[in-house]
Parts: sequence; C-alpha cells; structure tokens
Amino acid sequence: MDSRTLSHLRALEAESIHIMREVVAEFAKPVMMYSIGKDSSVMVRLAQKAFYPGKLPFPLLHIDTTYEFQEMIEFRDQFVKELDAELIVHTNTKAIEEGANPFKLGTIKCCALLRTRALLDALEAGGYDAAFGGARRDEEKSRSKERVFSFRDKFGQWDPKTQRPEMWSLYNSKVDKGESIRVFPLSNWTEMDVWSYIDLENIPIVPLYFAKEREMVVRDNQIIPLEHDMPFAPGEKPQMVMSRMRSLGCTYCTGAIASDAATMPEIITELVQFRRSERENRIIDHDQEGSMELKKREGYF
Amino acid sequence: MSESQLLRFSTAGSVDDGKSTLIGRLLFEAKGVYEDQMAALQKSTLNRSTGPIDFSLLTDGLRAEREQGITIDVAYRYFATPQRKFIIADTPGHEQYTRNMATGASTADLAIVLIDARKGVLPQSRRHAYIASLLGIPYIAVAVNKMDLVEFSETVFNQIRADFSAYAAEIGLRNLTYFPISALDGDNIVEPSARTPWFTGTPLLAHLESVPVAEDRNFEELRFPVQYVIRPTLDFRGYAGQLAAGILRPGDEVMSLPAGRITRVKELPSFDGPLTEAFSPMSITVVLEDEIDLSRGDMLVDPNHVPHVSRRFAAKLVWMLDEAGGPGRPYLLKHATQTVTAEIRRIRHRVDINTLENVPAEQLELNEIAAVIMETRRPLYFDAYAKNRAMGGFILIDPITNLTVAAGMIEESTPDLVEPLQLRNLEFTGESSEAADETQLTNAERFARAGHYPATVWLTARRGVAYLLERRLFDLGCQVHVLADDSESHLLPELSRVLSNAGLIAICSIASPDAAESDRAAGFAALNRFLEVPAKELPSRDDDAVEVLVKRLEDLGVLRRKDRFERGEGI
Repeated sequence: MDSRTLSHLRALEAESIHIMREVVAEFAKPVMMYSIGKDSSVMVRLAQKAFYPGKLPFPLLHIDTTYEFQEMIEFRDQFVKELDAELIVHTNTKAIEEGANPFKLGTIKCCALLRTRALLDALEAGGYDAAFGGARRDEEKSRSKERVFSFRDKFGQWDPKTQRPEMWSLYNSKVDKGESIRVFPLSNWTEMDVWSYIDLENIPIVPLYFAKEREMVVRDNQIIPLEHDMPFAPGEKPQMVMSRMRSLGCTYCTGAIASDAATMPEIITELVQFRRSERENRIIDHDQEGSMELKKREGYF
Repeated sequence: MSESQLLRFSTAGSVDDGKSTLIGRLLFEAKGVYEDQMAALQKSTLNRSTGPIDFSLLTDGLRAEREQGITIDVAYRYFATPQRKFIIADTPGHEQYTRNMATGASTADLAIVLIDARKGVLPQSRRHAYIASLLGIPYIAVAVNKMDLVEFSETVFNQIRADFSAYAAEIGLRNLTYFPISALDGDNIVEPSARTPWFTGTPLLAHLESVPVAEDRNFEELRFPVQYVIRPTLDFRGYAGQLAAGILRPGDEVMSLPAGRITRVKELPSFDGPLTEAFSPMSITVVLEDEIDLSRGDMLVDPNHVPHVSRRFAAKLVWMLDEAGGPGRPYLLKHATQTVTAEIRRIRHRVDINTLENVPAEQLELNEIAAVIMETRRPLYFDAYAKNRAMGGFILIDPITNLTVAAGMIEESTPDLVEPLQLRNLEFTGESSEAADETQLTNAERFARAGHYPATVWLTARRGVAYLLERRLFDLGCQVHVLADDSESHLLPELSRVLSNAGLIAICSIASPDAAESDRAAGFAALNRFLEVPAKELPSRDDDAVEVLVKRLEDLGVLRRKDRFERGEGI
C-alpha cells in the first residue's frame, strides 16, 4: 500500500471528524446522544480527536429508560468521569410513574414512551439544534438511505421523501428556529469497522459485550437477561448461559447471543464467521415489517 | 483487516437491467448478507418477481419504495473482502433521478455502468456515463449483464463495447473496463466464467479489489480550508480542518487566504501525539508559528501554487429542486468551509443529457444540467473541479426554504467570459473589480510573483510622503507607482483600479480631501485592500509618516513581514 493511502478505518475516521467539526462550527447548540453502547464509545473517541486538545464542545445526553443493565450505568458514570465531559441524563419519569414497562405495554408502546418521547422532550428542553447519533447505515434497511445530516421538523419527525441531497462532504446545515438535525458521523461504518476500530484504538466498552456465564431465560430462541424482574412464562426457569450482548439497550429488549468470545480478537473472529445481523437480537425491530422506519418517522433515533 | 483500503463506487440502473441483482450478488458473494436478512426476504409479505432468492429486495429500503417496486433514492450498501472495504452508492436510473445519480456519483472512485446485453446501449446507460463524467468519477466498469440470455455471445459483447466506447470518447470518459457478466448466475463476478472462454479480463470483483483508489489525489499543492478554530486556552490556537490536497509537515511554509500572509507550520498536534506529516484527506489540526488570526472559511495554501481567487467563475450546475430557479435570485453558496451569498449571473446554455446538445435556457428545472456563470459576494478560493473535487464542488441553498437547490462544478476560466474594461461610467459596487475576474491570472498568483498583494493607498496633501513611500516600497522590492494629478483627480480611482488589478501598489496623491473619490477608489481596490490615512493622523516628519504607512500596509496583509524582506527572503 502506498504510504500515503489511508487505511479504510483511518479514512472513515477522517470523514467522521470532519462531520463533527462541521456541526460544531455551524450549529448553535449541539448535543451528542450517548447510549453507553460500543458505537457511543467510538463516537466519543472520535469527538476527542476532533477537538483535541480542547474538551468536548457539547454535552452527552443519555436517555435513561431505567430498564437498562446496571453494568451499563456503572460504566457510564466511570467513563464520563474520566472523560471530564458534561453528562445530561433524561428519563420520562411521568410515564414510569404511570407504570410504563415493556412487560405490561409491549415493546412498541414502551419504546415510544421511554425512548422516543423522552428523547424529543430532552432535545426540546435543552434547545438543541443538532444531535449526534451513532446510527450506521448498515444496521437496518431504512437507515441505508438516511442522510448524514438528517433534517427533522418542529415535531422532531423525519420525512424520507423530502431528504436534502447530500453532495461530496458539503452538508447543508440551514435550519429554521425550532427545527433541528440529527447527525450520524458513523453513517458509513459497519459493525465490523466499529469493532476493528475499538480494537485498534483500545477503546473502553461495557463488559457485557464480552462472553461469560450469565443467568438467562431462553425463550423462542431468544436469550433474555433476568434483570428488572422479568416475569417468567409458565414452566420457565433461569439457567446459566455462556453468552454476550451484541448490542445494548433495555434488558428485556436486548437478547443475548450464545458465545464464547471473551476477548476483542475472539469477538472479531466471531463476527467474521457470523451470519446474523446485529439488530436481530433486538426485539423491537422485529415487531412488524418496516418497524424501524415507522419509529424513525416519529422521531426515534 | 484494519489495513485494507476503502473503495467507493456508484451504480445506477432500473429494476429491469439487473442492477439490484448485481448488488445482491456482490453482497452475497462477499458474505455481506446475513442469514436473518435472507430469512426476512423469504418471508417478505410483498410479492414481486420470484426466483429462488430475489437479491433485489436486499437493496430496496423504504416501505414506499418496496410497495412501488422502484428505488427512489440513494441507498448506501457496505461489504468487505480481505483486500478492501466497499461503499456502494446505489442509485435509481430513471431520467427523473439525475439528482440522485449525481449525489451517488459525487464521492465515487468508480462507477459501474450496467448494460443489458439484449438491449445494447440505451439512453439510460448514456445518462449514467454522462453524469459519471460530469462528476469526475476516475474509473468506469461497464458491466454487460444478462449474458446468459444472449448465449454468452462474444459478438454481442464486442458490439456493445464498440458502441459504448464511441460514446465515452465523445464525453471524455477515461479508464473504462468491460465485463461480460450474469448477475443472476454469477458469471465473471467472482470467478472467471467457463461460459466466456473468449474473455481474458479479470472478474468484476477482482477488478474492484485492485483498481487504484484515489488516483485523483493531489499531493503537490496544499489546500487546507479552515473548518473550525480550536481555542481551549489563551495560549493555544489550532486550525482544524480536512486537507483537501497536499501534504503538511512542521516547518512548511504556507500562505493564508484571503490575507496573503506567509508563515510556517509550527506543529500538527493530535490526540495520538504530534504528527510529523499529514496528507489529504486527513482531518488534522494546524498550529502556526506566527499569531495570525484565521477563521472558518479562510484557507492555507502552498505559496508557490495558489488557487484561483475570484468572485466570478464558470460552472456546471445540476438542478436538484422540483421548483425551477435561475438568474436574478439570491442563493447561499457553500464551497469548502465557506458559505457566501451568490447568484447565477447568466445561464450560458442547458445540456440535453440524451443528445448532449446545448440548448438555450432562461431557468433551470429539476434534474436539468446547465453551464452557468456564477457570481459571489465575497471571493472564493478554488481550483477547477476537474483538478480537485473538494476545491471545485459547491452547493446552492435557497435562503428562504433552506433547501439544497443545486450542485455545482467549477470549470476552468473560459475566454468568452471576458468583458471589456470600461473606464468611464463605472458603477460603484463596493466590491473589487468585476471585469478583471475573468482573467486567467489571480491576485494570489500575482502576489506569489511580486511578493506582495496589490493595494491602493489614498493620501491627501502630503505629496512628498507619497513619493518617499514609493521609494521605500520600491526598495523593499515592491511594484509601486504614484498617481498624482490635481487637475484630473476624478480619474484617479479608475487609474488606481487598473494598477491594483495588475498587482501593483497604487499611491494616489491628491491635493485636498474628496470623500466621494476616495470611496470610489476603495470600491475598486483589488481584494478590498485600500489604505487611507487622514493627513492629521500622520506624523509631521515625512520619514516617520512613511514608516507608519508601511506598518499599516503590513497590517493589511499587503506586504510580507518586514523581517523577511530584511533577511532577503522577500521576493
């Protein structure tokens, strides 16, 4: 390879850093969505590089559904402390007080209240005109056509039919008051790129990504963690399963996968052999055909 | 894996010519399709053309599109082989989707042009090729598909190759490679096909894995648009941006635009430690030796190879909005890291994408392509698009609706733009000279030759100072000339304009204050470099007055720094 050709990871890195700087230069009040997952860890590292030696010029925003793994929250607090970044945690407390939970409402309604609604409220409360998200186009079909700068109307909604064309790396950042954009610096990354970059850069991630014996319920080929008093179906019993999380979210809605991959190289090897896409273990995306697109139209990340 | 390269390619075509099948095939062969996605396809509730696996369903994303059975927007797809990671910009091929095709082509290193072997070169393939050429895609892979339906005929393949090559020559398309394939059966995709023994080329995927990437990169001429200023403390000022061209190392001499100041790179700090070298397209941070104040939109360039600096230029536009537009309306123009008010001064002609004929046009409709003259409120620093995509591409934004209305590609200056300079009856524009913008030379080039920027100095009363300043500047190596004519002083602004356009420093000396004339001269001064110091603010000793004026010219960025002149490095 020519010594002046960037590897694909460094080319993606340069593109993502360019996107982040463009947003900070052109928007009044950006915020970075922080989901605690591996993609968020990568986003934060890219932001550190983009603004070095300065600190992150925007706060991190975590939408806490209260149904996420305890290990995630512990990781978050430690990570943010070491980073010396500003963290904003927002919860739809009203819905939770009224008893919203996935067991009772089903995943679609629960997600609408605890994630989408909470997110829109938090963005409005903060007056943010740009919000970084870690979504990638390889995750799901409806994402493959979404722009890097994804325009949202006054209600935070996405209209796939009126997306602005995106030429070269010239992003149109003009919005009126009350409107905003979602920005996806990892648009062109794949799951493999994210893992390879975490390995290359030695980026800290939540231990749940690494395989270990965990107490689980196995239901319809899904391996479901036990946290948050998940109700058992008749005849179900918890069992120890050597498993790991491929993506993170609320405990009930994030299925684990059976895996022995306990180190970074093992995860990457597993991924090469893997024949299933990462969101498959996310129960929400399988609720109905095109469910992610419907959620996104309503304002979900 | 972490050392593989990135290749971006675009595809265009309709459902019929097997484009989606080809992409599905590439994803499948490279294991870019997951089992659950395959399973979801097989259980998909939407019924269309059936076969064992309908690969095309993999690439049609949105509900509305799946229902209509056509791809209506750019979709991005990813796959990797041990050699490379690939980004596919998958775009629809219908005429009304020129916009999407151009979007997908804008970042592509290579385009796959699909041709149905049964139908030969259709208008759609020609459109795609034309857009590939317009958007400057360096490599073209022509995939003659459905060879299985023409019994893998070498004659058919050769005829299509001859037809397409003739068209490609007409539009100046280079680096073409042809492949006889069957996307459905997999012939010549990954392995050489036994059914085309006459074909001696490599399979398509092997070509994608080996074609040189980013051939068009320019490492010679530094172009660093300042994107953002990093100032965490009072002692640190870093200029952040992505290198559009060139290489930077600590110690390198750079020129800032628009000021024209020369300084050196002090260091290239990064999260991973200081860099010893950075090259395009890295995103970096630059700290300069001298405290010069740059902001977003400014640019650092190679002092020996400066870009064009102009408010007027010729460009090709692709109209992207369903509402027509054209001359006489204000737009925002975003180029590199600068956004300026602009207008389409004139539509030279529209290009009929099917016949390649130039057609007169008053305004532009969705998906139309035109050659135009653009004018901006402030100068842009640019290179021709054909030379550097990042330095020659721009978008137009409607300032009312905020929508992106057009994409533009700046062309080399064209001779028919030259308009005669009128000395009489010039309107005061408050901007630098317009007619001079059509020259092939730029002020920055003149600067590089002369060692200073053009300027106009307006002096009242002190004629002796004017001539002493001329002597002093001349001794510093400047090209300078005094204009003094008390009886025809109304001519001085026009004359100073001619001198400043020629790259000289014009010293206008008049007997008594005349605000109207000095305003006119200020409006004509190239790059707005105009210096007027009221007589009462100048020291009474002539020598001291000259030193004050030299200092003020330095502050204006007209002169290189004094110590450089004294070290003999000035010119």
